[in-house]
Amino acid sequence: MSAVIAVEDLAVRFSTDHGEVEAVDGASFDVRPGEILGLVGESGSGKSVTAMALLQLIRKPGRIVRGEIVFDGRDLCRLSEEELASIRGAKIAMVFQTPRTALNPLITVGEQVARLYALHGGLSSAVSRRRAVDMLRLVGIPEPERRSRQYPHQFSGGMCQRVMIAMALASAPRLLIADEPTTGLDVSTAARILDLLRDLGRDTGASILLITHDLGVVAATCQRVAVMHAGQMVEIAPVRALFARPAHPYTRALVRSIPRADREVTMEPIPGAVPSLLEPPPGCRYVGRCPWVEDRCRREKPSLSEHAADHLVACFAVEDRRAAV
Amino acid sequence: MPLCEVQDLQVRFPLRGLQAWLRTLKDGAPPVVRAVDGVSFAIEAGTTLGLVGESGCGKSTVARSLVRLVEPAAGSIRLDGTELTTLDDDAFARVRPSLQMVFQDPTASLNPRLSVRRAVEEPLKLHTDLAATERRARTDAVLEEVGLGADLAERYPHELSGGQRQRVNIARALATNPRLVVLDEPTSALDVSLRARVILLLEELRSRHGLSYLFISHDLATVRYLTSRVAVMYLGVIVEEAWTAELFAHPAHPYTRALLAAVPVPDPDAKRDPFVLSGEIPSPIDIPAGCRLRARCPLARPVCAEPVPVREIAPGHRVACHLV
Ligand SMILES: Nc1ncnc2c1ncn2[C@@H]1O[C@H](COP(=O)(O)OP(=O)(O)OP(=O)(O)O)[C@@H](O)[C@H]1O
Ligand SMILES: Nc1ncnc2c1ncn2[C@@H]1O[C@H](COP(=O)(O)OP(=O)(O)OP(=O)(O)O)[C@@H](O)[C@H]1O
Ligand code: SF4
Ligand SMILES: [Mg+2]
Ligand SMILES: [Mg+2]
Repeated sequence: MSAVIAVEDLAVRFSTDHGEVEAVDGASFDVRPGEILGLVGESGSGKSVTAMALLQLIRKPGRIVRGEIVFDGRDLCRLSEEELASIRGAKIAMVFQTPRTALNPLITVGEQVARLYALHGGLSSAVSRRRAVDMLRLVGIPEPERRSRQYPHQFSGGMCQRVMIAMALASAPRLLIADEPTTGLDVSTAARILDLLRDLGRDTGASILLITHDLGVVAATCQRVAVMHAGQMVEIAPVRALFARPAHPYTRALVRSIPRADREVTMEPIPGAVPSLLEPPPGCRYVGRCPWVEDRCRREKPSLSEHAADHLVACFAVEDRRAAV
Repeated sequence: MPLCEVQDLQVRFPLRGLQAWLRTLKDGAPPVVRAVDGVSFAIEAGTTLGLVGESGCGKSTVARSLVRLVEPAAGSIRLDGTELTTLDDDAFARVRPSLQMVFQDPTASLNPRLSVRRAVEEPLKLHTDLAATERRARTDAVLEEVGLGADLAERYPHELSGGQRQRVNIARALATNPRLVVLDEPTSALDVSLRARVILLLEELRSRHGLSYLFISHDLATVRYLTSRVAVMYLGVIVEEAWTAELFAHPAHPYTRALLAAVPVPDPDAKRDPFVLSGEIPSPIDIPAGCRLRARCPLARPVCAEPVPVREIAPGHRVACHLV
């Protein structure tokens, strides 16, 4: 089964007044048909920049310095703006964290969704308006007919997020990128958005890249998880393996650092801080925080290698330990 | 005697704008938002009470009325036996040092033009009559305590990370040696690793100084970690209150059950309680009679339209539901 999108050695840099920031440093991963892949990591680890790179939306002072992003047999990094325009929003769609500001306050919600149907499906305005109401119903807006005539300010935060998802789905995308779609929503609302994403994956066959820093969200929603630290991809594993047998020292620390609602735990914060991306350590970027650090880690970059079936880890110490057994 | 005792607290907000005007014509009286509609709880010295519930249920309004940022319409707030609601401004100002608050947004609550040191010193100037040298000593001590070293003291908010900013807010709240600190979502704006540190810091400060907290959060995992009791609010009232372990093990109110069932836990094999509520939270302007959860509750029966009694179903475990 070939991947919907395959990212190989992606690197993104920003020029700043203080120097070059390498926000993404050689990330490789793929998203498979129909799956929900979680992308997790601390704030500033490069999750959103990675998502923007997939859509070729990195703008100055940023640029993609290397890597390829293969979608539909083509490297997105080599396409023209026109070719990209036919993919962006159509075959790859995105939902952002702040739904209310992404909606136009002056146009009714139904009209905003309908316009997208008219655009992508070439439908008449009457038909696209009906489709919009159907879609609002699908994403769980109560009384969709009446609600479609209302304006965004009459919707709660959770309902705006549903509308954003309805809009993203208007073009029947093959890949939906959701960047923190539940952050800031309360528990019950967030749970319903996650249920919705899960069902959509199943019903429409769309693959989803779900960006979050909530491991609970990952466990409840994703099939596989990719973990980022300071711009480097450190571990990719099926969700069960990641929680049962986290291998990378960063993932292990991440899992131990969260309180849980379902049982008593002792919490240990991750030691140290995310390194500065202005002058990051030349090898593994976890060296300053890592209990297992070796000499080699300071000089060379570990790359993702197979640790167990379908379980990739980028760490020299993990490799050595595996070789020792 | 509990350190803080709140009884039958009520807060109303008048509604403004065209819609409010239209309703006034129709109903003959101006509409009000009953944001807090008869809330009672007590916090023992040295303990933490968690306050949880859906967005808009009135948690922040409770917090803000404790520190007099909003005026209650009715009810009593006692701190160490002193009734606060009837105090005049001067008398309240004398109580204020022992009652502090930390807000959700660490950035918005700091003055960008004050250095860390001056931000922490400010409440000492406002609420105490310490001399300049004593203020300085106290400021250094508090900064040290929240883990902000001397090198950070001269920095300005924009030169700090989110976690450091929230530490400054905590230091400000602690500077006056409060008895009770109201924490309104102090960790929500922080990312995973910073959140863990702030949680551990709060817990350490509480046990070292015998502080009491009212801890408001959407994050039930953190609530479980930090609190000894939890009160669950729905649409302006408390529907359940219990010891933390008891509440998480045996949630009794249908709203609490649904809330706990919705929390995603970091375990892909966790069995999810399929208990869910339908619909959206009603507006606090048109509060339904009887149980407020009635229209959304899968267990609702005709009796639920009657006023709901609060019953104690186990020691210290109180529930407001006809069917429990
Ligand atoms: N326009 C820009 N100019 C300079 N640096 C940038 C720019 N955009 C992002 N960065 C840097 O790239 C790094 C990665 O940022 P990114 O937004 O991808 O993090 P994230 O993992 O999404 O974090 P969060 O969880 O906080 O959303 C950060 O260090 C950030 O400061
Ligand atoms: N100044 C105000 N004027 C009018 N209505 C208000 C005001 N402050 C709060 N409200 C209303 O009172 C109700 C309770 O609000 P409150 O902020 O206390 O909720 P909350 O439980 O803290 O929610 P969240 O979890 O979203 O912070 C809401 O319906 C809100 O819209
Ligand atoms: S490669 Fe080295 S520094 Fe990086 S995580 Fe592994 S042991 Fe630690
Ligand atoms: Mg981001
Ligand atoms: Mg609030």
